[in-house]
Amino acid sequence: MPDPSGVSRRTMFGVGAGTLVAGAAAGFFAHDGLAVASGADSDVVDFHGDHQAGIVTEAQDRMCFAAINVLTSDRNELIDLLKSWTKACANLSQGLPVVPDGVGGGSRTAPPIDTGEAQGLSAGHLTVTVGFGRSLFLDADGKDRFDIADQLPDGLIELPHFPGDMLEDGRGGGDLCIQACADDPQVAVHAVRNLIRMGFGTVSTRWMQLGFGRTASTSPDQETPRNLFGFKDGTANVRSDEAKALDKHVWVKDGSWMDNGSYLVARRIRMHVETWDRESLDGQEQILGRTKVDGAPLSGGEEFAAPDFSMMGAGNQPIIPIDSHVRLAHPNQNDGVRILRRGYNYADGADTRGNLDAGLFFIAFVADPANDFVPLQNRLASQDALSEYLLHTGSGLFAIPPGTTEGGYIGQTLFG
Amino acid sequence: MFTSSTSRSALAVVVLGGVLLLTACEPNQQPDEAITVSSTDDKCEVSAQEAPAGTLKFDVTNEGTKVTEFYLLGEDGLRIIGEVENIAPGLNRSLTVTAPEGSYFTACKPGMIGDGIRNDFTVTKSEGGTEAVAEDSKLAEQATTQYASYVKDQTEQLQSGTKKFAQAYSHGDDDKARRLYAEVRMHWERIEPVAESFGDLDPKLDLREADLEEGQEWTGWHLLEKDLWPPKDDYDALNDADRQKYSDLLVSDTKILYDRTRDMSFTPDQLSNGAKELLDEVATGKVTGEEEAWSHTDLWDFQANVDGARIAYEDLQPLLATRDKELDSTLENRFDDLQKLLDQHRDGDGFVLYTELSKDEIKELADSVNALSEPLSTLTDKVVG
Repeated sequence: MPDPSGVSRRTMFGVGAGTLVAGAAAGFFAHDGLAVASGADSDVVDFHGDHQAGIVTEAQDRMCFAAINVLTSDRNELIDLLKSWTKACANLSQGLPVVPDGVGGGSRTAPPIDTGEAQGLSAGHLTVTVGFGRSLFLDADGKDRFDIADQLPDGLIELPHFPGDMLEDGRGGGDLCIQACADDPQVAVHAVRNLIRMGFGTVSTRWMQLGFGRTASTSPDQETPRNLFGFKDGTANVRSDEAKALDKHVWVKDGSWMDNGSYLVARRIRMHVETWDRESLDGQEQILGRTKVDGAPLSGGEEFAAPDFSMMGAGNQPIIPIDSHVRLAHPNQNDGVRILRRGYNYADGADTRGNLDAGLFFIAFVADPANDFVPLQNRLASQDALSEYLLHTGSGLFAIPPGTTEGGYIGQTLFG
Repeated sequence: MFTSSTSRSALAVVVLGGVLLLTACEPNQQPDEAITVSSTDDKCEVSAQEAPAGTLKFDVTNEGTKVTEFYLLGEDGLRIIGEVENIAPGLNRSLTVTAPEGSYFTACKPGMIGDGIRNDFTVTKSEGGTEAVAEDSKLAEQATTQYASYVKDQTEQLQSGTKKFAQAYSHGDDDKARRLYAEVRMHWERIEPVAESFGDLDPKLDLREADLEEGQEWTGWHLLEKDLWPPKDDYDALNDADRQKYSDLLVSDTKILYDRTRDMSFTPDQLSNGAKELLDEVATGKVTGEEEAWSHTDLWDFQANVDGARIAYEDLQPLLATRDKELDSTLENRFDDLQKLLDQHRDGDGFVLYTELSKDEIKELADSVNALSEPLSTLTDKVVG
């Protein structure tokens, strides 16, 4: 099945333009970046489009996420940075240095413009997605930092404290965010490193996370991956071929500068893998509500069979337990709310007690955080049997502006 | 946690009840080959009609359209030797039982009602054949009766201690209240999985500030803890009326717990799962210093969790010894090792504060908890299987 609204060039070329749905994909043909793609094996994802890449793009396997503080109070300086980031991202997405010939083509007495570690590597389906935090609009004292406070979007709320949150200092918030995803971690880190480098003096890094092993599928072509609990995750995710669902649950459509944008929720979720690994197989499946090996709902069938929450089992108890993860998270049980998950596993070594500091770097894209994400997370945090094994240690919410066309820049609808 | 594990282990309990009456113990013998069972809406096809005595494994697939169950029944057709339930259409579950020589029935129960579709099943004599150990059921009963007494005793002490603590606190005798706090809570921490099984009471009594949802009222031990060990900045102490209100609530909620635990009964798997859960509590809450964020009396809770786990294990020990001596001695040694480590941090009648532990000492404790928890997590399988 082709991916009409996705931006994976491999898919576009692989299936032939004839199968693409007109309209949804039209934006991706409207620029000359295509010249770079040489055929069916291209691993270049279009940077330009109605929406930023890295949202419905078929989930790559690696991620580098950074939340950034903006140091300047000069609006023009911020705009200049966004403009140069946009140009750099367009190049990086094509597997090129920050500027063409940026590794060895400059002055011998100056440092190279591009740091060079991605030289010779392929584009690796790199996508770079940039977002704005609430603190970019209003500082802690409620001061309008860049004359944009009156454009603070309704969706960019302060996330409430959720039950079980143990947020660590230095793992939350941020004026800007960069999500770089690629097949190769070196490509993703290279992108983030170079963008930050370009911004020194204007920005500084607030917190950062590396992720591996995508924990959701964003396209029907992808097999559902497993999280570090060994279970399939994101079976009911919003996928790139569900245009209507994307319009309803992911893309902002309010006529403001955020039109065609979205909101990115980031949560660093530590998983107590040691205690989880001591839970019986039966216990693990009851907590998840799915079988471990196949990922089938406990109400039967195969992985993608719709869970039957009304099916009763022994003792007249629901066969999918009422405190199971799949029941509490399912759209059927949440007034139809769906989110586009795009998280990654992480393993940041061991803590001082010798336990793995590992878990899920949860990323979701939603159209309306207050009504889509907050009630869902409250419900999960207070009722989900899985919560016993989770600790939320980092958090952020960012407005993701729409995509750009050639010559434009990310954030132009806000600052332009 | 006990709530969910209680419902989760319903199956295991039934298995145990039957197995103990009739079955023999060959803990180390693995079934040679699984007997496959296909359950449809009107058929129950079992791949073999007989098997040698010992451990039997049935691989049950539901190829019908209704939720099904599979049973191995005794000669009288009533006694349940083993059962696996909640097999939804298309799913596969396995049942492992140990059965001595004799006549049995297999039964599939599509729709989970009625007598099920039955077939004769014979367990033949096997080389080095096994004998029924009726003794097992006595040992199991002994274990659960002893544990029920322990729970009663601890809740009695919790209740009287809580009254003393509440009185000192509501009367403004903070020094006394601080002295009693950790000591009284140990009675709670020893039976935490039981206390937590009451989903309405646990949050009222033991919720930490971080567990609150916005707008939710905070009550219970940790609210008073914070008031007794107040943070330096941004803290408004509770006034006299609030002190009275929340200490009264602590006493009355504890009374409810006391009343509910008077005639509780337990199954062996609840003991073993409870022991595992207590060690999980240590690993995620106590060894991290998260439980007692203001008083830093985590080592009291730590000791109490270990006490509770050890009691459950010791109650089960005679039964475990008939099934897996090696696991039994591993658990015994590792409980000892952990206790020796904890004893190094004793200070008078209690312990040093969590904040006085060095990073190395915490790591040493965490390693010891992992060393004990890992084998402990296999205990249920041994006492139930």
